[in-house]
Amino acid sequence: METVTQTIQGVPLNHYIILSAVIFSIGVMGVLIRRNAIVIFMSVELMLNAVNLLLTAFSAYRGDPAGQVFVFFIMALAAAEVAVGLAIIVMIYRNTNSTDINVLNRLKW
Amino acid sequence: MSAINLVWLVPLFPLIGFLINGFGRNVLPKSIVGLVGCLSVLLSFGLSTAIFFELEKSGATAYYVPLFNWIQTGSLSIPFSFQVDHLSSLMLLIVTGIGFLIHVYSIGYMHHDKGYAKFFSYLNLFVFFMLLLVLGSNYVVLFIGWEGVGLCSYLLIGFWYKNSSYASAAKKAFVMNRIGDLGFLIAIFVIFRIFGSIEFGEVFTKAAEMKVGSPVMVLITMLLFVGATGKSAQIPLFTWLPDAMAGPTPVSALIHAATMVTAGIYMIARSNVLFMLAPLTMNVIAIVGLATAILAATIAITQTDIKKVLAYSTVSQLGYMFLGLGVGAYTGAFFHVITHAFFKALLFLGAGSVIHAMSNEQDMRLMGGLRKKLPVTFITMLAGTIAISGIPPFSGFFSKDEILANAYEHNKIFWVIGVIGAVFTAFYMFRMMFLTFYGKFRGTHEQEHHVHESPATMTIPLIVLAVLSIFGGFIGVPEVLGGKHWLSHYLAPVFTNKAAGHEVHHLDHNTEYMLMTISVLGAVIAAIVAYVRYTKKHHVPVPDHASRGFLGNLSYHKYYIDEVYDVLITRPLNALSGLFYKIIDKAIIDGIVNGLGKATGLAGKGLRLVQTGNIGFYIFMMVAGVIALLFYSFYKI
Repeated sequence: METVTQTIQGVPLNHYIILSAVIFSIGVMGVLIRRNAIVIFMSVELMLNAVNLLLTAFSAYRGDPAGQVFVFFIMALAAAEVAVGLAIIVMIYRNTNSTDINVLNRLKW
Repeated sequence: MSAINLVWLVPLFPLIGFLINGFGRNVLPKSIVGLVGCLSVLLSFGLSTAIFFELEKSGATAYYVPLFNWIQTGSLSIPFSFQVDHLSSLMLLIVTGIGFLIHVYSIGYMHHDKGYAKFFSYLNLFVFFMLLLVLGSNYVVLFIGWEGVGLCSYLLIGFWYKNSSYASAAKKAFVMNRIGDLGFLIAIFVIFRIFGSIEFGEVFTKAAEMKVGSPVMVLITMLLFVGATGKSAQIPLFTWLPDAMAGPTPVSALIHAATMVTAGIYMIARSNVLFMLAPLTMNVIAIVGLATAILAATIAITQTDIKKVLAYSTVSQLGYMFLGLGVGAYTGAFFHVITHAFFKALLFLGAGSVIHAMSNEQDMRLMGGLRKKLPVTFITMLAGTIAISGIPPFSGFFSKDEILANAYEHNKIFWVIGVIGAVFTAFYMFRMMFLTFYGKFRGTHEQEHHVHESPATMTIPLIVLAVLSIFGGFIGVPEVLGGKHWLSHYLAPVFTNKAAGHEVHHLDHNTEYMLMTISVLGAVIAAIVAYVRYTKKHHVPVPDHASRGFLGNLSYHKYYIDEVYDVLITRPLNALSGLFYKIIDKAIIDGIVNGLGKATGLAGKGLRLVQTGNIGFYIFMMVAGVIALLFYSFYKI
């Protein structure tokens, strides 16, 4: 029976890297361009998961489980972060009746 | 246990006294303070006496008493150790003996002063440092004591520091001393460089192999002499000593007689081996000493302040000691140190007694006729005056005569000038006596009413010192007068060089008689002239502003030396300081510091505009930063 590792190794490593880079770049651009706080938040998640994907791929190719352990940590952390982040966004919405981050322009000297 | 091994106790006692009085100055009653102060020095004196006799009995030349290894680094080794030999044991006796008498005297003199305990603690510290100076077995320990007495003189001259002119007199003394100290310090460095050691014994042994007159010896001895001019008040650094009169009178006595000013002479006498190798320096010393002697004597004859007269007389007598050192008469110079310590301490303490009786009046023009009211002071001071004038058989005669005889042998002109100085000495001292004790009372009625003889604590030291001044000269009666000159035999091991000890023998007896007669006659005639002028004719020195004639003005204003120094040194120095202050400090250093501050402020002002508050922009900058970092780590730009 083919193991998961072998399945992953069925695709060349370059493909994983390119995919991750693309997803990560999409995330970065999303963060930079979009004004809606929730979309920005989702873009951040995209970046995180791009990294997760890469970690898993490397882990499989090197036969080292440490990478996958990292992924679990990151997922747990992301869950916590989502909870806090969404709470902040809810508070922003309550205060400004919008999720547009350009409204929050007082963070300056 | 032998006393010599306990020599470290000698300086320790005054140090303990200093600590007790220093820390307890606000709690201890005056009686205890005085007792502690005097007792500590008395114990030292007792121990010094024991050491003196033990040394004489043992017949050894010197004892080396190591205490602990102080500095040890590389080839430099400086042990903290004492050396007991004939020279230092005599100095111990002088410092502690006269110091003790001055302490006792201070009990009476300073009784009304608020800083009574402070005064005693400083006195004890002074004695401590002087003992360290005398006992040290190397130049560094000597230098500690050297600096210490400088510090204590500063503290004591400025004892009444609330008077700003007194405080500046203290500063003057300190600064003048520092100039000399620098010379001494450099001399120590050079000695270490050349001989690789600063221990007296080693240095002198190695120096004995050097050639006479080698440049390096001249350099070392010249630098040492610069140090000595500062401490022992010779031209050009003598002006601090007359100003040192600002301190309480016992301090003047201590500085002028037992401690401080004798330090320079002690140092040169101690280094006699080095000085004998530099005839050039010896000549310079003799000439400077002679010039100082005559200059100070001519100043003293017109001074009106009783303490100023004595101060210039000290400078003048120190000049004689240097003359003695310069012509190689170490024993004579040291003999004069001893007798001078006796009669100058006596004269200062006597002057203090007069000032005490006159309710702090120091101007001799306002005294007169005190003979009847202060009999003890009068008689003792008269003894001191005769002694300093060099009239036999008082002590000053023997020591001064020995120096002059050596000077005659060395160079007849030295002798002539020396005798003229001695005549001046007799004149101004008797002038002081006649102005103070004879004639009519010239002060106010209130002062006249107050005049009283001083208490026993003050008169007893006077009497003791008077006895010493009268008989002190008998330790060095020359053979020509049928004596044995005990002192020169005693000091012979220290002054081993041939020119040091028995030089008097070179002159034939008739010449010596002639020299003595001339100087004694000169002194007696000067005394008679002073008597006629100030007692018979009731001459009183004119007030400050009155005309004195050219020479009189020159002398009264101390040859304007302070003014000359002011123009030549102080003002250019002040101008230079002003220049440095304005250009280097204000413009350059302050400019750099303030400029840095301003630049930071401006940069902040500009950079804060980047913080627009737009979150998108912040994130963009962050991403740009991350990308930049990535580029950096990939390409190591």
